[in-house]
Amino acid sequence: MQEELLRVAESVVGWANENEQVEVVAVHGKETEIRVYQGEIESFTAAESHGIGIRVVHGGRQGMAYAGTLEEKALAETFAEARDNASFGTPDQFMSIAEPDGVEPVSLELLDPALGSFANEEKIAMALELEKSICAADERIIGVESTEYVDSINTSAIVTTTGIRRASYEGGCYLAASSLATDGTDTQTGFGYSVGRNPHQLNIQKASDEAAERATRLLGAKKAESGRRTVILDPYVTAQFLAIIGSTLSGEALLKGRSLFADRDGDQVAASFLTMIDDPTDPDSFTATEVDGEGLASRRNVLIEEGTLTGFLHNSYTARALGTVSTGSAVRSYNSSPGVGPLALTLIPGERSQNQLIEEVGEGMLIQGIAGLHSGVNPVSGDFSAGAEGLMIRGGQLAEPIREVTIASTLQRMLLDIQNIGNDLERLPMMSTGVSIVVSDIMVSGA
Amino acid sequence: MIERNLIEKTLTEALKTGGEFAEVFVEDKRASSAMFDDGKVEELSSGRDRGAGIRVVVGETTGFAHTADISEEGLLTAARAAASATRSAGAGSHPKPLEVVTAPSPNIVEIFPELVEKRRKVALLTQADEIARSQGAAITQVSARYGDSRRKILVANSDGVFATDDQVRTLFSVSCVATGDTGMQTGRESIGRPIGFELFDEVDIEDLAQRAAQRALIKLNARPAPSGTMPVVIGSGGGGVLFHEACGHGLEADLVNKQASVFAGKIGETVASELVTLIDDGTMSHEWGAFAIDDEGRPAQRNVLIENGVLIDYMWDGLRSRNDGRSSSGNGRRQNYQVLPMVRMTNTYIANGETNPKDIIEDTAEGVYVAHLGGGQVNTATGDFVFGMTEAYLIENGEITEPIREGNLIGNGPEVLNRIDALGNDFDMGSPGTCGKDGQGVPVGDGTPTLRVTSLTVGGTAG
Repeated sequence: MQEELLRVAESVVGWANENEQVEVVAVHGKETEIRVYQGEIESFTAAESHGIGIRVVHGGRQGMAYAGTLEEKALAETFAEARDNASFGTPDQFMSIAEPDGVEPVSLELLDPALGSFANEEKIAMALELEKSICAADERIIGVESTEYVDSINTSAIVTTTGIRRASYEGGCYLAASSLATDGTDTQTGFGYSVGRNPHQLNIQKASDEAAERATRLLGAKKAESGRRTVILDPYVTAQFLAIIGSTLSGEALLKGRSLFADRDGDQVAASFLTMIDDPTDPDSFTATEVDGEGLASRRNVLIEEGTLTGFLHNSYTARALGTVSTGSAVRSYNSSPGVGPLALTLIPGERSQNQLIEEVGEGMLIQGIAGLHSGVNPVSGDFSAGAEGLMIRGGQLAEPIREVTIASTLQRMLLDIQNIGNDLERLPMMSTGVSIVVSDIMVSGA
Repeated sequence: MIERNLIEKTLTEALKTGGEFAEVFVEDKRASSAMFDDGKVEELSSGRDRGAGIRVVVGETTGFAHTADISEEGLLTAARAAASATRSAGAGSHPKPLEVVTAPSPNIVEIFPELVEKRRKVALLTQADEIARSQGAAITQVSARYGDSRRKILVANSDGVFATDDQVRTLFSVSCVATGDTGMQTGRESIGRPIGFELFDEVDIEDLAQRAAQRALIKLNARPAPSGTMPVVIGSGGGGVLFHEACGHGLEADLVNKQASVFAGKIGETVASELVTLIDDGTMSHEWGAFAIDDEGRPAQRNVLIENGVLIDYMWDGLRSRNDGRSSSGNGRRQNYQVLPMVRMTNTYIANGETNPKDIIEDTAEGVYVAHLGGGQVNTATGDFVFGMTEAYLIENGEITEPIREGNLIGNGPEVLNRIDALGNDFDMGSPGTCGKDGQGVPVGDGTPTLRVTSLTVGGTAG
């Protein structure tokens, strides 16, 4: 597949005339999605898709066009559209297609042959077993709203007139479920999941335990009194915040005056023991990748080191405009031009388990889930406010369940208010890795 | 898009292994956009996605496959792939003869996007940037985006349905950053309609850009939002998001059937204040969520969901209504040909009330007035939902006073519906929205008159 995509991309790049730069991304995806419900297959989706994205730069103007096919005729039409679109941009002296920067990609072996050879019957069996296991875990579980097995193998190739020619592939799979529990009056939901590079790495028991526990322990939840509290964010919650913090450290936000960390390079912006890295070269990360969206080698970037802001992420455009070098952080899909952002964020873990953190905190709240982050965080001002549910912490132990409250602060303050980081790194089916963190002085709004 | 006899052949192939129902959904979508940011026309983009999704249903199981290859070979291969997942002991059946389903389109398109010169689209962006920046030196960044799409669909199924629709949408948005002593604040405004470039004959870009800039400027002086439970008045228009989250999703039959909704089993019961009449209407002319034919070949409908506080019906798609022995309510939608349809809202709104909105505010001693809402999210099983406020003020002694910073509000659907104690006579539809469910986004509209909820939790930082 890689050779086929490279061949298509090369042929399109060959159409460039001498005054223009052209970048072609060709992708292929193969996905299986199996959903089961009440012991039956609810849906089985076998999907295969192609796409091509073409960017033309001419006189500092860029044009973009894409198509969800690799048919010969569509390629020509798409190329013509991209070229036409380039004539309407405002000339920009920094606009240019990326050039090779001499950094060789690390070989990560992100496609496990066991993924491709796993039989559909076995995938179905895993999903069914997960559903059954959750239902059997606790008598208060009345069902599982959705149980799914998903796997995908994605291949992409990128070729440019500037001399980039690279292909990469990634494969991954996960099991996920959302359980329903009731105590007769109250109903609660809880999710569980397990991710891997191949299905043998998936842990049905872990996914089942989590889905059952998360729902049942919230039964009977009430609103908490409003007040400032110390909270522990569950790994899944931390991961969602990391993704937003990472986006504020993009060279694009910096360049366009939208980063709340502008002019803070070298300052202490977080607790002194906090180190945040974006490391797509860690093969254990779910979104690991060998190359970025412009075909440059992906690399390990330290964003915050022991509390000090050490840098921003760049693609080749923001780097050129700000007089620095790309950090291999171009993000894109075939139907968009390259943006800038983190690829695989994580915090360096601490030493305590979540239970130890709960004991140390003594009085506070464990935040198990949050809602409305997309409407409740403003990555420009840093204000955030999100719906939250979880459990009170009293006397160093988990106590009564809490629902229908919000937690609020600013991203700037939250980073400085982090009191501890757990040792419970958790791989999730998303761009950032989870870990428990303790944050003081969060406003909890409730009754 | 595809010859009728090839559709018939594909449906026959899909039913060969014992399928009870088969459907072919063909989509040909062209989209274009133009992006202005940081003082520059940054990029024009155009794209085309075309393909077919085929599903086969046997009992409780759906097999699904999609292909970008809509030749005979491509369609038959996809039909076999969808059928293979649902192999049953039964003998193959035959599809019913196709009969054309038609419905009048609620959207009359005058200027199709592909006929508009690109420079005219670009000119709108430049204009928006100039107007927004002229609102004050504190406006430090402006971005504007123009987008249009034309989506032709064809749906045919083994029950004999054959329907097509041609859906055009045009969208324009402006986002501003204002910078002051307290940091940066943002303001955004958007307008979208399921029509062509004539949208800009009825919409004033200057007005849109001004409002976006003012929204950012106002918040520079905003104080931290309060924290805790208090009366909340929601302005007309954007408040529809509240109902979209508080009960809209909970009335989708797929969630109801799995007991994953607090509204399951409550048909005929009082679920809201008697002021509340909730309607989902896919036929609402020129509104963002309107269309002639849904993504399962069913004409769009106007459905009364809650009438004077009493729950009348849920929203239905083909699969869920078949299982229940009733007809679809025209709410079967999908993001594109690569995914299965689900029960989705269209234009969801609260019917107009009788009270003068001024009186509602004067009658509120202390609380929060939300002029513009952002997005939201709901857990339909518990009913707990949140939604963001992007422009809000304090109410003090019956008057709207100081602006407050952004934040989320949180409530429980069934509780909040019962706590609506005032409904204005100033109904309006809100900004065009994209509703996300299960990873799929579809265009939706919403609307309300001004209304008051006697108590909601405001998630600010001020004690």
